[in-house]
Parts: sequence; structure tokens; C-alpha cells
Amino acid sequence: MKREVAIVAVGATKFGEHWSKGLKDLAWEAGVQAVEEAGISGKDVQYIVFGNMSGGMFEGQEHVGALVAEFLGLNPVPATRVEAACASGGVAFFQGYLAVASGMYDLVAVGGIEKMTDVEPSQATEILSAAMDYEWEAYFGATFPGVYALIATRYMHDYGLKPETLAEVAVKNHYHGSMNPLAHFRNRITVEDVLSSPFVAYPLRRNDCCPISDGAACVLLAPLDEARKYTDTPIIVKAVAQASDTLSLLERRDICTLDATVHAAEKAFAMAKLTRKDVDLVEVHDCFTIAEILALEDLGFCAKGEAFKLYEEGETYVGGRLPVNTDGGLKAGGHAVGATGVKQIVEIVKQLRGEAEGGRQVDGAEVGLAHNVGGSGATAVVTILSRR
Amino acid sequence: MSVSGVPRHWRSLRERYRLLGTYCENCKTSFFPPRKICPKCRRKGRTREVEFSGRGRVFSYTVIHVGSKTFEEYTPYIIGLIELQEGPRVLSQIVDCKPEDVHIGMMVEACFRKLFEQEDGGIISYGFKFRPVDDSWAEYYDRLLADRAMVEKT
Ligand SMILES: [Zn+2]
Repeated sequence: MKREVAIVAVGATKFGEHWSKGLKDLAWEAGVQAVEEAGISGKDVQYIVFGNMSGGMFEGQEHVGALVAEFLGLNPVPATRVEAACASGGVAFFQGYLAVASGMYDLVAVGGIEKMTDVEPSQATEILSAAMDYEWEAYFGATFPGVYALIATRYMHDYGLKPETLAEVAVKNHYHGSMNPLAHFRNRITVEDVLSSPFVAYPLRRNDCCPISDGAACVLLAPLDEARKYTDTPIIVKAVAQASDTLSLLERRDICTLDATVHAAEKAFAMAKLTRKDVDLVEVHDCFTIAEILALEDLGFCAKGEAFKLYEEGETYVGGRLPVNTDGGLKAGGHAVGATGVKQIVEIVKQLRGEAEGGRQVDGAEVGLAHNVGGSGATAVVTILSRR
Repeated sequence: MSVSGVPRHWRSLRERYRLLGTYCENCKTSFFPPRKICPKCRRKGRTREVEFSGRGRVFSYTVIHVGSKTFEEYTPYIIGLIELQEGPRVLSQIVDCKPEDVHIGMMVEACFRKLFEQEDGGIISYGFKFRPVDDSWAEYYDRLLADRAMVEKT
């Protein structure tokens, strides 16, 4: 018998360059916030599961599950690190959800942690390229931005998307980021700023790409019928769905569609018994500007090739018809790969509680959706949260 | 970073040097990279190794300006998603072509080149890249392939 699950507390560090903090320090900061918010002792946590893409390659440290449990003083609580590249956080949330829904555990900490800035940027580029198919993509010189650039070139060819419209995605995300104290970048930018930034992988420029960030986020999950022990504003997990696709672009049915997103979204909406019209805001995986365009289409908020309209009409801003990435997304909010999926959920929770600061609160938000992608779409996780 | 050890490199050598894939006699479909079974027909499939003609068209492309550590010294370079004449797509560099000249639909053919050299005088990795084909040659090649297919049938 499946139990209903609620998020009872959240915590998150600022995303950015934390030169003085390591993986353990970041985990501590986010974890302590969540535990204090729930008014519990860390020892009440029965299971820890968190996303971390590559402690091994970024910091030379594997076996980070037990490492974090130890540092948080929580031994012998079981602690598991999950890896699904940039979707590690979303997949960890799915695992935490299963642990509570199944009745196995009554209080689970779900986290995401990544420490990326200890290596030089070209090294980070190399590590991130491991999220693609190494043998048939990275080996031939494709980079992670390069693979999304292949998608962008074809998409522009097929649907006539203009670079100016792509730039609007980054401009909007920086605008939202300027209102979020935890965002990596808090400066506003213009379309000209994007179009004059140097190419990373044509047609994607530096301002089409998310930064490399350090950061951590944490949420506590409990059965819904026990949630009020910890909070007056439990947020209900209506659905979590995960789907897989090929690691490489080579064998995709259509490179301009992330089928994993399509499948996860269909499953999540069916599970939540909600429609797209019920959703008040979304956090989507905008590792590159083109990825946000694909996400809105593949999640079913508009038809293929038509997401540009939402940008031309300004509908994706707070106050618009479908606010997208109110925390600045990955572009301005930052992308600490393993932590991103959980950070997105933290933002939705704040919005549904009515606690989003800085003028980015979506009025009367009742239902929010988070969408986390691994690699160029080999893993996708869609989560739907509701205030009631 | 030694992401590509020598044994790992050797395992894929044949496919990388000769553009080998898999052909299924049952559904008449070619696949790349090579497969153990036909993903469409599963157990009913009858697969055999096939060497692709190496000719195809650019399905999409990018110009890499910021490379990973291994490829940093080669930037800017073109990466293409190539649709082979036989159907499957491969990802590879496009060489002998200026970045401003590459376009979707451009006819290309495979050639054999050095891909990268591992740091500290490590092994040099070779593999296929693609280069533009003159359109007048394209017609000739098409005829040649058609002739070869005829010969194979008889
Ligand atoms: Zn077959």
C-alpha cells in the first residue's frame, strides 16, 4: 500500500564558487538548515540519500555516502549516494520518495551536493563530458555544450528559432536570479549581452550556458499523515516519475525532442491526476538556453517548435502565464550538477509556501513542477508538488 | 586525465578505423554503433557486420570553441552529426572545411585521421573524421554504390 508523501523541511546553500568550502561543508550547511526547520535532531533521520555526480573526478573522493553521514554525525544511519550525471539530485529525490511511500522509512533526508570549482574549467568540461556517451561522442571531441549545440543547430534549421529568442531565455533567468539571494549570478543581462558573448560551441555562446557551481540542497520527506509533526505547511509530493533514453544523440528518434522528458512528464501527470493547466510554475533543466525551450515543449506546455511564443510574449516571467525558473534556473541560479535536482524542488516548495523572497513570489501558487535532466537527455525526472 | 586507457582504446579500434556497424537481414536496417542483437527485431533479427560506405550528409553541426582538456589545443573545430547513406548517424569531426562553410545537408565522406594525443607522450588515438565531397563527385559515388548493390544482389 503506497503512502502519500510530504516535504516537511528544506535547506540550501548559495550556489556559486565556495573556495573555502568542500563537499562535506556544503552538505552540512544545507542539512543543518533542513533539520532546524523541522525542529528535529539529526538522529531522527532514518535514511539519507543524495545526488552527487562525481566526487571521484572533482575531488578524488568516492564513497561519499558514508562520508557525509559521518561528517553530519549521523552514523550508523544508512546513507546512499546516487549518480545520474546532472539528474543525480532528481533521481535521489525519487529514491527518497520510494523509501517513504513504501512504508520503509518515516523520515528521510534527500540531498544533492557537488563541489566543482577545485578543478580548472577545462578539467570540469572533461568531467562533465562523461555524462555523454564517451565512446562515440566525447572520444571524437564532442563536449557537453557541443552536444546541445548540435540540437540547437538542427532545431533552428527545422523551426526557425532565432538566436535573439534563445537569448531571451538567459535574460529572463538572470532577471529572476537577481531576486534570489542564493543565485550564482545576481546581475541582470540584456539580449545584446548574450549575443556579444563569445561562442562556446556554435550556435551557443557563453551566456547560453549555465555556470559551473558549488552547492548543496536538502529536503526532508515524511508520510503526509505525520507531516504536521514537523511543519504547518507540508508540501505534498503528487508525483515523481523518471525515464531513460540513449546516452548519445546518434540513435535518438528525433534529436530536437528529449523522449525521456516526454515519458516522465506523461507518467507524472497521470500519477498526480493533474493537467498542464493546473501548474502555476515550473523549474526546468536549462543547462543551456536551448534546453529550456525543449523542456517546455517536451513537458507538454506547448507544441514542438512553439515555445518561442512564450518568450516573445514574456509569459515565462513571474507574473506571466507560466513562470519558468523563478530562482534563476541553472543559468543564473547556478548548476552544482548533483545538487540541481534538489535545489529546483527547494524553490518550488518556497513558492508553494509563499516564502519566495526578493519579489519573485508567484501569487497564489498551488501546484509546481520540477524537471531535472541528466546528460543530453538520457535521464529525466519530473516531480509535481502541491500545496494541498 | 586518463579517461581512455590503452585496453579500452584497443577494444573499439576496428569500429573506429573502418566505420563498422551492424545490419539486420530481417528488418533490412543498419545500426551504428555495432550491436549484439537487432534493437528492432530482438531475437528474431538476423544480424551481420557491415562496413559503411563512409558517405553521408551533415544532419547537424557545431563549432567547438571551448574544448575539453584533451581537445583544447585543436579548437576551433567542427563537430558534425552525419547521417550515413545507409541510414544510421555518427558523430565526428568535419575537417578540410572552414567553419563558415559547413551547413546542414552538406555531402561528406569518411577519412582516417589522428584524433588526439594523450598527455605526457601517451598513445596517439586515430579514428574516422569526415570531409566535404564535391557535389559532382557525389553523383558519381551514388552511381558507384548503386552498381555495387547490383553486383551484390546477383
Ligand atoms: Zn531487425
